[in-house]
Amino acid sequence: MPKVKPHRTSPSLDMTPMVDLAFLLVTFFMLTTKFAPEETVVVDTPSSTSDIKLPESNVITLTVDKNKRVFFGVDDDKTKVATLQKVGAKYGVNFSAAQAKAFGNLTNFGVPIGQLGSLLSMDADARKAVAKSEPGIPMDSLNNQLIDWVMEARKANLSLFKKQTFIAIKGDGQADVPTVQQIIKVLQEKDINRFNLITDLENKPVVRK
Amino acid sequence: MAEIQGKADSGGKGGKKRAKKMSTKIDMTPMVDLAFLLLTFFMLTTTFAKPNVMQLTMPVKEKNEDEQTKLKESEAFTIIMGENNKVYYYAGMNSAESKADLKVTDYGPNGIRQVILDRQRVQPKTVILIKPDDKAVYKNMVDILDEMNITNQKKYALVKIAKSDKDLIKASGL
Repeated sequence: MPKVKPHRTSPSLDMTPMVDLAFLLVTFFMLTTKFAPEETVVVDTPSSTSDIKLPESNVITLTVDKNKRVFFGVDDDKTKVATLQKVGAKYGVNFSAAQAKAFGNLTNFGVPIGQLGSLLSMDADARKAVAKSEPGIPMDSLNNQLIDWVMEARKANLSLFKKQTFIAIKGDGQADVPTVQQIIKVLQEKDINRFNLITDLENKPVVRK
Repeated sequence: MAEIQGKADSGGKGGKKRAKKMSTKIDMTPMVDLAFLLLTFFMLTTTFAKPNVMQLTMPVKEKNEDEQTKLKESEAFTIIMGENNKVYYYAGMNSAESKADLKVTDYGPNGIRQVILDRQRVQPKTVILIKPDDKAVYKNMVDILDEMNITNQKKYALVKIAKSDKDLIKASGL
């Protein structure tokens, strides 16, 4: 009987299809990813068992940090610029085209409208440096700028995209409740009764009935 | 790694110089490494981009006093979020004439959750009034609203704390 020769094959294998697929996926993810923009304030959100996701667009985010400061942000750049012009006109503050562009790139801000111009004129590094000392947007009954921002953003978004906006409240775990309640109260006066509280996900516990 | 290249031709015994035979294959390993690194990176950044939300719907303010529903004393159950993660609770109403029986618990799974579940068994029509104290933190508020979802409590309201409630906590010394 002749010896059975083991068939000699090269240990190399053709990786081309795999590489093709890998690059296809890389391209797909690269194009679909929208990077989370840099946050002005660091907020540690509390966790809840709710597994509802935040809508992708048309979201107004009100951030509350632990020092009772309130920051305003809206997701779309066009809405942002339109809002800036409307609110600026209301308070008699004018913004240059460069400032409006800078505002479009800003995630959120927490200064009264009077200081907004100088904040927008800064470059990104300088803005980051003053982020800690931003006082937050005033929302007391005498000087309620927050509600103007929210209402104008809603109007601008509605005229640009024909869509209603969602109000998301992103509070720090150590933020105090009176501030959050004040926001809710201010918005309720304008008949906004639905809020989304941004939380982290935690496991649902088993409930004994 | 995946490719084993044949030994380079050493030229033999110093004889005729031969044109080196190069393999037509290129080592794709580094490229694949990089491709998968990028793939992993982009996959992870996209999935975690969207945060979770808890929906909170506040009641529409009824202008007409007569159309507001009055809460029955037997159905009322009050939870007060105090400082240092303490939760106070009492059943029924609290007034100057009849002081409510105030108790204290915590946010743990055996704390307020059991209290709510026990209460639901006694009175299925319970309406919970959530009153945050000025010193309560936002995390407490989210926790309590979360407990409402966990215990499937449908009727609850977030209301301002009354002075009588504050006095009650002070008087109880809990």
